[in-house]
Amino acid sequence: MSRGSDSSLDPLQPLETLEPLEPLESIPLGGRPRREWVQTISDAWRMRRTKIGFVVFLVLLTIALFGRFVAPYEPTEFVGAPFSLPSAVAWLGTDFLGRDVLTRVLYGGLSVFVLGIAATVIGVVLGVSLGLVSGYARRWVDESIMRMLDVVLAFPSIVLAMLFVSILGPRLWLIVLMVGISHMPRIARVTRAATVEVVARDFVTAAAAVGVTRRKILLYEVLPNISSPLLVEFGLRLTYSIIMIAALSFLGFGMQPPAADWGLMINENRIGITIQPWTVIAPIVLIGALTVSTNLMADGLARAMMGIDRDTAVI
Amino acid sequence: MSNQASDIVLSVQDLRIVLDPSGIDIDDDVSFVIHQGEVLGLVGESASGKTTAATSLLAYQRRGAKVADGHIDIAGTDVLAASRSALRRIRGGLISYVPQDASASLNPALRIGDQLMEILNEHSFGSSSADREARLKQMMDEVLLPSDRAFLRRYPHQLSGGQQQRVAIAMAMANRPKLIVLDEPTTALDVTTQAHVLDTVRDLTRSYGVSALYVTHDLAVVACLADRIAVMYAGRLVEIGPKEALFTGAYHPYTRRLLAAIPDITGERALHGIPGWAPRPGQRVAGCAFTPRCDWRIERCEAEFPPAEGSGPDHQVRCWRWQEVRAESVAGDAPLLAKVDAVCDVVEKTVVSARDVTAFYQSKEVLHGVSATLCEHRCLALVGESGSGKTTLARCIAGLHPFKIEGSVEYQGKSLARESRGRTRAERQAIQYIFQSPYSSLNPRKTIRQLLAQPIDIFFKLDRDGREERMVRVLDQVALDASLLNRYPEQLSGGERQRIAIARALAAEPTVLICDEVTSWLDVSVQAAIIELLAQLQQETGVSMLFVTHNLALIRSVAQEVAVMNDGRIVELGVVDAVLEDPQADYTKLLLADTPTLPAECRV
Repeated sequence: MSRGSDSSLDPLQPLETLEPLEPLESIPLGGRPRREWVQTISDAWRMRRTKIGFVVFLVLLTIALFGRFVAPYEPTEFVGAPFSLPSAVAWLGTDFLGRDVLTRVLYGGLSVFVLGIAATVIGVVLGVSLGLVSGYARRWVDESIMRMLDVVLAFPSIVLAMLFVSILGPRLWLIVLMVGISHMPRIARVTRAATVEVVARDFVTAAAAVGVTRRKILLYEVLPNISSPLLVEFGLRLTYSIIMIAALSFLGFGMQPPAADWGLMINENRIGITIQPWTVIAPIVLIGALTVSTNLMADGLARAMMGIDRDTAVI
Repeated sequence: MSNQASDIVLSVQDLRIVLDPSGIDIDDDVSFVIHQGEVLGLVGESASGKTTAATSLLAYQRRGAKVADGHIDIAGTDVLAASRSALRRIRGGLISYVPQDASASLNPALRIGDQLMEILNEHSFGSSSADREARLKQMMDEVLLPSDRAFLRRYPHQLSGGQQQRVAIAMAMANRPKLIVLDEPTTALDVTTQAHVLDTVRDLTRSYGVSALYVTHDLAVVACLADRIAVMYAGRLVEIGPKEALFTGAYHPYTRRLLAAIPDITGERALHGIPGWAPRPGQRVAGCAFTPRCDWRIERCEAEFPPAEGSGPDHQVRCWRWQEVRAESVAGDAPLLAKVDAVCDVVEKTVVSARDVTAFYQSKEVLHGVSATLCEHRCLALVGESGSGKTTLARCIAGLHPFKIEGSVEYQGKSLARESRGRTRAERQAIQYIFQSPYSSLNPRKTIRQLLAQPIDIFFKLDRDGREERMVRVLDQVALDASLLNRYPEQLSGGERQRIAIARALAAEPTVLICDEVTSWLDVSVQAAIIELLAQLQQETGVSMLFVTHNLALIRSVAQEVAVMNDGRIVELGVVDAVLEDPQADYTKLLLADTPTLPAECRV
């Protein structure tokens, strides 16, 4: 970088240092600027990855919500011999008890979606609240919250969830809560970092000076200014939630037999994978497609937020 | 200095720089020459294209800009046609650049001795390394910095801002270039440091016959330094001429308005801002871009841009009516501000007083037992350089200082809590604070209506119509239109934003208005308009004002009393006229001497 006085002429020099008096974004615009997160979404939508992710997500959501109405059988109905290969009777064959795999796949998505989204919402609500408070309060409140979260962070999230599930038993609300709690530290960190940056700006001081309450400052001054990173974080955490919920079901801590659930299906049928692979492959493909789709959307949002408008850019 | 064609160092012809790929022009039709040993001041407001034009002399364009047309010739070398390797020799050899922010342009990981040596090595200065060692010492002497080993082994962060800027200047002078481009090198510095850096530049150009292009937004800075001045507006040179001619009788209305916007430390002339703001690339109107802000506009101005005309090759102007403008005398009108005879010491009239305030920043004491009083209908200016504690004192009074404070701050005789949260609603309402940067003090996610509603909703119980009416009234007080209510801050210019910030403070109907460097982020023309507004508001509403500034020249136009601060203490307190005309404290004298002003008495 340093080439004597030429260093100032490096093409990588940021634009802002050239015109310092009025930042370039101060150009008065004609149109009405949209809310930050609306802008982020619309920027993200211009990217191919976001569109693909959204379409796949929508397809899977439709399957999970409405699949049960077109399913040929009941999910617990026996339609043939265990592990029979695909046929005209059962298009994807049967599982280890002789139930129709296609039917169970069509039924088994809803729990993944509902539990995944619920866990993410819990994680975001808890994480954002702690992050906001931590970033605004600073000093000892900040320290205690963040160190407490570090303890949570120290456990591998799946182990943390299993620990509580094995103590209290496999209850659905517990699994959702534990998955949410395992997201909490990371979301809190992202929120705190964004909050600290916003709190340092004068408009927050200005609001405090006229006596706006702390709660209102956090909700109306700070939160709208950090909506984009939170949106990205939500998408990212949704991916992890789905993986964890599916993994917990696979391990036998989630949905209990005879319920139809993609994660559970993989576990139940894995012994027959060499005889009737479809009964395992179908839920694996669906879970995989779902996580890829949410990740593509989160990635699109992240790129939009960082101002990368190309699909191919490497982060 | 002779102005023959033979000693032309730099010649720029019909330079046109556009945004790529939109083709919107940043600079258009820029032509000027610089003679040997001459300093040309290039003056313009933000977004006038002056920096873009200046860096193009080194064949450098920032991202998104490209040279569409024109010639740049430095001592016989066509810069724009030069190859990459030729450019490496030209930059730092033939022409060099001093950036605005030296702290950002020096490599923080290299010792300054190594950085200086690097540029000498790069251009193979002299014939041996002994030559270069000698030159290094000489360079440090030239910019009045120590040249001992210990100093050269320092890292940039171990130098002060002024020292860093001197190193940058030494670096630019290293290979004895023909031309040195200085891009607002003193904007980030305190006035005393600025004066020293300006002295250094002046001495170097005179002693070594180096020409300089000094880019600045502040005419007062180049008033004593430049030989000629070029005024730029909206990417075009509107006037270029000898310094004296410009200051005594400019031909272009813009130059005249710009001069009237410079704060006058003698107080003989009122400060006048220019309404509106300088248009950015892409917003510029056809014809003369100054038309919307011009008092002299005629129909023709909107249709075509005038050609360069003038009284001679030395003084050129681009205005259809320049001869009429020239005929008008430059007499300034006297300021309207009410004068006072003595510092107010009547206890009954005291609104806010600080008694023996000692404030800490973390555990460091930054204010040492400061006492000051502000009376009703008065404006007290707090003046000092950065780190003098002026903002800390203002924040202590406003209840915004987040660390320990000893002593007391009183409002109408009653002691105030340290933090605004601990104060009563009436106390919070009475003291309103306006922040330095309007880019940071307005929440970008709120409309102007929501911003103004905040203090109104907290302090007054008004119905919808009453609230709306009050918003329109405060906007009117700051000379803004009610149609802005639905806009967001990012749709407004810097000056308009600061007016919104003032309107927000006024909406609380305060008795004390604290203005913390409210103009330091604004252009000179906009600064003048804001100062005019504040002075007028103070006259009309009778609000008491605490005006914090680093610019001594401003206070004549707005304040009646002044407290000069240095190192966390008030070193001088008095009536503005008395302090400025007959300063008692040494520090005040120093500050006064270093404040740039119009060229009546240039120190040489």
